[in-house]
Amino acid sequence: MEELVNLFHGFAVALQPFNIMVMILGIVLGVIIGVLPGLGGANGVAILLPLTFSMPPTSAIIMLSCIYWGALFGGAITSILFNIPGEPWSVATTFDGYPMAQKGKAGEALTAAFTSSFVGALFAVVMITLVAPLVASFALRFGPAEKFAVYFLAFCSFVGLSKEPPFKTIAAMMIGFALAAVGLDSITGQLRLTFGSTELLNGFDFLIAVIGLFGIGEILLTMEEGLAFRGGKAKIDLRVVLQTWKEMPKYWVTSLRSCLIGCWMGVTPAGATPASFMSYGIAKRVSKNGKNFGKGEIEGVVAPETAAHAAGTAALLPMLSLGVPGSPTAAVLLGGLLIWGLQPGPMLFVEQKEFVWGLIASMYLGNLVGLIVVLTCVPIFAAILRVPFSIIAPLILVLCAIGAYSVHSSTFDVVLMLVFGVVGYLLKKCNYPLAPLVLAIVLGDKAEEAFRQSLLGSQGSLGVFFSNSLVGTIMVLGLIALFWSAIQEGYSRLRPHSVA
Amino acid sequence: MKHSVLHTALAAIAIFGAGNMAASAAWEPVRPVEFIVPAGTGGGADQMARTIQGIVTKHSLMKQPMVVINKSGGAGGEGFLDVKGSGNNPHKIIITLSNLFTTPLATGIPFNWKDMTPVAMLALDEFVLWVNAEKPYTTVKDYVDAVKQAPAGGMKMGGTGSKQEDQIITVALEKATGTKFTYIPYKGGGEVAVQLVGNHVDSTVNNPIEAVAQWRGGKLRPLCVFDAKQMTYDEVVADGKGWKDIPTCKSQGLDIEYLMLRGIFMSPKATKDQVEYYVELFKKVRATPEWQDFMKSGAFNTTFLTGADYAKWVETEEKRHEALMKEAGFLAAP
Repeated sequence: MEELVNLFHGFAVALQPFNIMVMILGIVLGVIIGVLPGLGGANGVAILLPLTFSMPPTSAIIMLSCIYWGALFGGAITSILFNIPGEPWSVATTFDGYPMAQKGKAGEALTAAFTSSFVGALFAVVMITLVAPLVASFALRFGPAEKFAVYFLAFCSFVGLSKEPPFKTIAAMMIGFALAAVGLDSITGQLRLTFGSTELLNGFDFLIAVIGLFGIGEILLTMEEGLAFRGGKAKIDLRVVLQTWKEMPKYWVTSLRSCLIGCWMGVTPAGATPASFMSYGIAKRVSKNGKNFGKGEIEGVVAPETAAHAAGTAALLPMLSLGVPGSPTAAVLLGGLLIWGLQPGPMLFVEQKEFVWGLIASMYLGNLVGLIVVLTCVPIFAAILRVPFSIIAPLILVLCAIGAYSVHSSTFDVVLMLVFGVVGYLLKKCNYPLAPLVLAIVLGDKAEEAFRQSLLGSQGSLGVFFSNSLVGTIMVLGLIALFWSAIQEGYSRLRPHSVA
Repeated sequence: MKHSVLHTALAAIAIFGAGNMAASAAWEPVRPVEFIVPAGTGGGADQMARTIQGIVTKHSLMKQPMVVINKSGGAGGEGFLDVKGSGNNPHKIIITLSNLFTTPLATGIPFNWKDMTPVAMLALDEFVLWVNAEKPYTTVKDYVDAVKQAPAGGMKMGGTGSKQEDQIITVALEKATGTKFTYIPYKGGGEVAVQLVGNHVDSTVNNPIEAVAQWRGGKLRPLCVFDAKQMTYDEVVADGKGWKDIPTCKSQGLDIEYLMLRGIFMSPKATKDQVEYYVELFKKVRATPEWQDFMKSGAFNTTFLTGADYAKWVETEEKRHEALMKEAGFLAAP
């Protein structure tokens, strides 16, 4: 009950006119940041952080967290319209969102994405409101071994997903691991595979690879097909929103499962990216429509978007209660807290009630405002697809180049993006799936780090991955996911025998 | 007639302008100033840089904007090489941490602090030995005894990065006590502190700002500070104790001192006037109440050095790091 009283007090704080103004401003800025590939929520928040120093801390965090929500919403727009994920966690949204846009269903895809994002976020906020202290102590149980188990599960739930031969999936994933290995080895402090080049010190940034592989690769493919842009027939009125809403309750199981996956990943903290991939992978496994995933199935948009937003929101919980950021953007927000003189950690909820509950209330309101803002813009976004490809393609190219440059302010990255574009085109032509490659670039180095930290701690014994019930359960889940298709096949083969 | 009036006016403006220029400092930024952070977002150096950016903006200490840019690749090597290659560009400054010495020594990248121009030491960051508050160790002696009793490598020390300051201190600890830790590197200091709260490691040498929240929450216990004298901040943090109540490690039988530089450098060919401009700027920053609050929240040692004193300090530290890292076997293969 005390939580509810606090929450209503928080609403009173968040509903002050000045705070509502910064909320809307934040959402709009966030959507713009999310749309620009490469700029990213973390960079956006970092750039705008100094602007907020003159505000009271509660208004400042409301504005910054609204930028964060806005970026989460905005990331889906370019993924669906142009196959260019504006944010890492929107990669999985492209798998079905872009085919939907190509079928002339851009409006439906956008509506589904935004609505799912809202549902995911709402679920996570309710969880934060009700069980914050409990969840925070669960996060403490995650050491390196548990973290590796989570990454392992993410990889396993993704292997064997594509229709391509498994060896092509594994080949693509291995290329991703190799690319992820470049740069500083954080365990030994040595440089790996940089060949004395200072440009490679940073390794291959995931965003550059994604902008190239997906965005530029897609433009090259469309060019080959005679500049035909297959999204032109998109309906552009607001009724499409209502029609999609009528259809969405059918997918409540997927939504609920994705919410849970998202909250779990956000709290542990593995982040929104593995959450979206894992949710998509599992939805494809268990859904009736699983076979149609990748061809423009609305459920394939619902799953990753719900999970990504739930995770993105839940990631703020460990930041506030433990001082560990669950995502890069949360890390920047954490810096902001310290600058405003607030000490994140176990005492924040006790000592800074107004701030914490004002923030939580703004999560409810910010997401609602965000949903209204982006939904009213659906027709405008969908109308972009009516512009002839010969006009929009150069614009996308420029946008991609700016995005790639802004990641590290380096021109080398722009060249790298073009190289990745050609690689992406070739891989697609040879029917190599891109998703496992991307997944390996994103999570490869984190998984490696967690694996080696675990082994350092256990003095080299692999038993550490089964040393307690938590890590053991996650590992077993991973193994089941890995051999799921084999299990299914074996089961269906056995069955006729047992009947006979 | 009109013509000559115009001329006179122009001449007056020119003279006035020139006089103005002579009166003020000889050099001022004419473009936005890039403030490079050779570390990721959210870490200690990043927090300090963004605080400075906020103070400069809020108090309008500079006519041009200050832009913070993270260049964390290769343990910060990316940022240092960027400044090294910036020639005489006076619109680029960098904040350093101990990776100023450790990164070139451990990775062998072609860089030395002499490739940049020293501006000022802003503060020194303290290191404290922390254990989980649930554990029975209340003094350094309790803890060292426990480490001695455990099998070699049985106790885990968590720290930020590999072959950097935290691991250097760990090696010094091993030498001073004749024990052996298993050192586990993590990406950021906040994560390290939480791993200690979750009992995934047995101790850490976190900076005050990284662990203070957990100390206040009653989750962690400080044992000693790796400085020659106790810290001066007397505000109560937890259990009726403040930073000044933490004994020095030396007084507890661990003769180890380690402080981390939080200093500013700039482009290699910067002129005296340009360095002078930034020194004055940081003097103004240090005078603000926001900066003093920041120093207090992180229990920083507020030593301020410039010019030859600063360069001399850096040179001594470089030699010390070289010796420490050589002994620990952390130097890059030639």
